[in-house]
Amino acid sequence: MRYSFSRKQLCIPYAAFLVCFVIAPLIVIFYYAFTNGEGRFSIQNLINFFTSSNTVGTLFYSILISVTTTVVCLLVAYPVAYILARSNIKRKAILLAIFVVPMWINFTLRILALKEVLSVIEGNLAYHPFLNTIIGMTYDYLPFMILPLYTTLMKLDNQLLEAAYDLGANKMEVFTRVTLPLSLPGIVSGVTMVFLPAMTNYVILDMLYNNTFIMGSLIGSYFNAYDWHGGSMISIVLLFIVFIITWATKGFTEKEPEKEAIL
Amino acid sequence: MKSKRRKRYSLLLLGLLLLTEGLSAVFSVSEAKAKNDDTIVLKIGNWEEYIDYGDWDDDEAIELESGTIMGENDIMTDFEDWYYETYGKRVEVEYSTFGTNEDLYSKIVLGETYDLVCPSEYMFCKLLKEDRLQPLSESFFDTSDENNYYIKGVSPYIKHIFDINEIDGKPWSAYAAGYMWGTIGIVYNPDEVSEEDASSWSILANPKYKKRITVKDSVRESYFPTLAILHKDLLLSEEFINSEDYSEKLAELLNDTRPETIEKAEELLRQIKENVYSFEVDSGKADMITGKIIANLQWSGDAVYIMEEAEEEDYYFNYAVPEECTNLWLDGWVMLKSGINGDPEKQKAAEAFINFISRPDNVIRNMYYIGYTSTISGGDNPLIYEYVNYKFGAEEDEATVEYPLGYFFSGDDEDENFVIKTTEDQAKRLLFAQYPPKDIIDRSAVMGYLPDDVNAQLNQMWINVRCFNFSQVSGTVWLRALAIICFISILIVIWVNRYRIFRKPIKPGYYRVD
Repeated sequence: MRYSFSRKQLCIPYAAFLVCFVIAPLIVIFYYAFTNGEGRFSIQNLINFFTSSNTVGTLFYSILISVTTTVVCLLVAYPVAYILARSNIKRKAILLAIFVVPMWINFTLRILALKEVLSVIEGNLAYHPFLNTIIGMTYDYLPFMILPLYTTLMKLDNQLLEAAYDLGANKMEVFTRVTLPLSLPGIVSGVTMVFLPAMTNYVILDMLYNNTFIMGSLIGSYFNAYDWHGGSMISIVLLFIVFIITWATKGFTEKEPEKEAIL
Repeated sequence: MKSKRRKRYSLLLLGLLLLTEGLSAVFSVSEAKAKNDDTIVLKIGNWEEYIDYGDWDDDEAIELESGTIMGENDIMTDFEDWYYETYGKRVEVEYSTFGTNEDLYSKIVLGETYDLVCPSEYMFCKLLKEDRLQPLSESFFDTSDENNYYIKGVSPYIKHIFDINEIDGKPWSAYAAGYMWGTIGIVYNPDEVSEEDASSWSILANPKYKKRITVKDSVRESYFPTLAILHKDLLLSEEFINSEDYSEKLAELLNDTRPETIEKAEELLRQIKENVYSFEVDSGKADMITGKIIANLQWSGDAVYIMEEAEEEDYYFNYAVPEECTNLWLDGWVMLKSGINGDPEKQKAAEAFINFISRPDNVIRNMYYIGYTSTISGGDNPLIYEYVNYKFGAEEDEATVEYPLGYFFSGDDEDENFVIKTTEDQAKRLLFAQYPPKDIIDRSAVMGYLPDDVNAQLNQMWINVRCFNFSQVSGTVWLRALAIICFISILIVIWVNRYRIFRKPIKPGYYRVD
């Protein structure tokens, strides 16, 4: 039999990767989450998650950090992306590069540098752990917010804005009723790219001397204490939250903005 | 003509290539064969940066009366050569490192087959309790064998500790050989912190140093000082110190894990959490030097490192061991059953490795390289004492204090042969950190193995301390949060109804399409 090579086979390496490093670990996590120390099926871990004031408190604290980070990122990134995309600045690419270049450097190095800068500005960092965390997270995730916003705003059809002006809208109205709704897909993808990782990025908290656990560090502490079952359950709940958010935002990103606008 | 010559050259080249290929193939086959036949592969797991990797500069050579110490190759390579010369067998060391005791444990449980590892005392106790350790063979303790450097050289003081501590009736010494040891104390900046304050564990909760001191991000290292603070009055009382069974009582106190004690400790740790700069893993060293913090709970070996680093930048830090008590920690080599697997040749090589790194010159190399204090005093061999003298002894024209180290080197603190004449500065700083004096040692206790359920309670306490807790948020914060939420919702309501609220008259000539 002659061996025939098809295009499908090109994805074998990735499929293998997926099975080894995503699916197999997931199965292990599910196994640990729904068993107890003796290896029997149990939902005790799930009950523990919602009855323990620690996990609920940590979940709240993580979400608080994520939400604040996302809002701050959005407020900072939108004007930047808007100006970059809509104005006629020459050498836009260079300006954009200034915002993107930090992404090329490892984030621990960046946070290490930020720590020193903040120490100069604030003095003793330990007095403002929450503020520092937000600054660190914003610093880290800002490019992830700017880039999708920039690309959606770039694609925005100028004729639509002109039409809006023709129909009597002032600048504010054009922005709130045309530009903003049309850039929604960019906002949504930016928000998901910031919100979800911010919930577990405990390295930033550690490096900026925030002594309170967030979800990532809580999972770590369970694993350090050999409580793999409890730690896995927290991971599963987090995964569930991620799924819900992705599912809820799916509707926004799938729409084709151009078609919508034309219709 | 030209092309012909070129052809000949290329043929020659091809021939050479084939020849070298063939030869190397033959060699590699014979090498592989040799490996299969009698090379012992020894898999060693150790802490990161915890052994001499060699490659010293020429001016780093340590010249002592009884010889010069120089690290050319790493210890592992030297061991392979030494083993071949001494026992006529090839051994190949597969050396790898781990970051924490827990990492090592996870690796072992998940099936990594180490032959020889070097965890801390509580972890090798746990491994011993779980019956994962291979006991040291009888010949390891034979003092008549000149290659048994460990048993001939181990400090009588350390040997005593390994003999008296036991798990299920099995003494540590039957399973573990000490490597490095030390105390836990506080590195502080003498310009900012008084020696008196640094000499008590209460400094951690002292509001005078609010947000300018760090503790370790680990349950064990944080729990133990809280016990010392809780029992401060008792620990400092004359009656307690002078009681006959002082050391037993002390050990009992520092291993107190009753639920009510843990509850009290949790309360205190919450205060400490509010008071300290951070729970750090290793950022404390850098933060000391950059001046972000002025005091730092530290292991004695790292304290030496910080003080030496700081000195290069012209900062002087001191190290104090609080008066209440301190935790004596030990790292020891143990053999794992899963790796040795009943193979006597392998066990012999593993024990030979312990002996090789316990050979006085290698001990000095390791101590010089990593800055920690070895458990080996050298026995009859004077090299290690000479090294301590070389490193900490005073110059001739300096004022000196006497610093007896007999307890470590000969087991008798009155022994006049082991009194170092050192400067007052050294006696308070580097020498003090590396070889604590007898009175510090008397106030120390080993915090040994804790059963799994106790560990679980301690970890739960730790999580309770570190997690965000609704009940701990003060009323003003709640009010502020409520105010912010109200403000935002009002803004949203206004935004949604903006056309109704800010309705503008429609200009003539335009049509609005809503």
